[in-house]
Amino acid sequence: MAVIESPMAGKVIEILVEVGQSVQEDDEVIILEAMKMENPVYAPEGGVVQEIKVEVGQKVEEGEVLIVLE
Amino acid sequence: MDVFMDIIMNLWSTMAFDNLYWGNVVMWGIAFLLIYLAIKKDYEPLLLLPIAFGILLVNLPSDIMKEGSGLLWILYHYGEEWAIIPPLIFLGIGAMTDFGPVIANPKTLLLGAAAQGGVYITFFGALALGFTAAEAATIGIIGGADGPTTIFLSAKLAPHLMGVCAVAAYSYMAMVPIIQPPVMKALTTEKERKIRMKSLRKVSKLEKIFFPIITAIVVILIVPDAAALIGMFCFGNLMRESGVVERLSNAAQNELMNIITIFLGVSVGATMPAEVFLTPQVIYIFVLGCVAFATATACGVLLAKFMNLFLKEGEKINPLIGAAGVSAVPMAARVAHKVGSEADRKNYLLMHAMGPNVAGVIGTAVAAGMFLSVLK
Repeated sequence: MAVIESPMAGKVIEILVEVGQSVQEDDEVIILEAMKMENPVYAPEGGVVQEIKVEVGQKVEEGEVLIVLE
Repeated sequence: MDVFMDIIMNLWSTMAFDNLYWGNVVMWGIAFLLIYLAIKKDYEPLLLLPIAFGILLVNLPSDIMKEGSGLLWILYHYGEEWAIIPPLIFLGIGAMTDFGPVIANPKTLLLGAAAQGGVYITFFGALALGFTAAEAATIGIIGGADGPTTIFLSAKLAPHLMGVCAVAAYSYMAMVPIIQPPVMKALTTEKERKIRMKSLRKVSKLEKIFFPIITAIVVILIVPDAAALIGMFCFGNLMRESGVVERLSNAAQNELMNIITIFLGVSVGATMPAEVFLTPQVIYIFVLGCVAFATATACGVLLAKFMNLFLKEGEKINPLIGAAGVSAVPMAARVAHKVGSEADRKNYLLMHAMGPNVAGVIGTAVAAGMFLSVLK
């Protein structure tokens, strides 16, 4: 089990995965917006998405858990 | 038949065609180019579009810029010559700025200051090319990448260069993503660009409230000539962070800012009639402005590398964020982030780069104040 943390403060503008989907290391999973710039968040390792902790439009802080993988 | 001819001639003499000369038509071309860049290329449209139209208006023979009565002259006189509009813009910028990244990592203040090195290098370059000290200071400040400060300083030191320097500053600001990356890459190694910085600590509300108050006191005591800009900037920021005057803070950021931006742009454009603009000096100013941007970028990056000599592993700064010390907010920070993510796509420098970036705004205003105190 692993978690994907937010690498920076920003707003979630797109979630690119669904619960149950399997992801590879370095896949783009979420797009964060900060300073009018879109920043992709990558999966640190492969796994199956167990839980998505955020929703589109939500503001997140650095280090906040975005997605739980198993 | 004679009567008819007389009427035609009279009508003709009331028109403006006789007073037009080739220089005006060249200036229309420049105005059209800026309008094109603003609309089609999205180059700082909020400023370049009004400036371009101001250029067009002042190059149509009329009395719109006539001293004492012309509309644009009045806007120029009270807005820029009296130096009211640039400090009011700083009020709005203060209300928009989050100093969190600077407070969390005060080392970035040094990077914002270092980038002003480009301002001084360009100042000496312009002196060497034969500009007066007052003119050279106005040209150098272009490297701070701060439009209102450039206009503020030129109003006080070299009003005849205001239009040119403002256009140079705003057009280069739009070209930050083109000018900066080659300089940044030339001065850093792949390994340095990959440095990941540790996360920023959380900044409390109290710190954010104290920051503008202390900054105002310290900066104005040291550089009293920066008081108009820094005073308004810190006041705007205090309105933001206090959380109790949201209406005022919003007005400063939106309505007030938008209104004065209109007046500023169109009247700065009006300082560029063909007689003033079409001189060989203007080419020098554009070249020097570009040099100013590039050297400011280099100074920021080099200081960051120098600081790394003294910092422990894990505390090191990614030198790319030094480039964000030019105060084009937030473009320069975005560029730092982008160049960093090209080396390592999981490196998120954006928020770290905001530190030097907002520090650069203070740095440029201080540099302008220092020029003023020495040269006015």
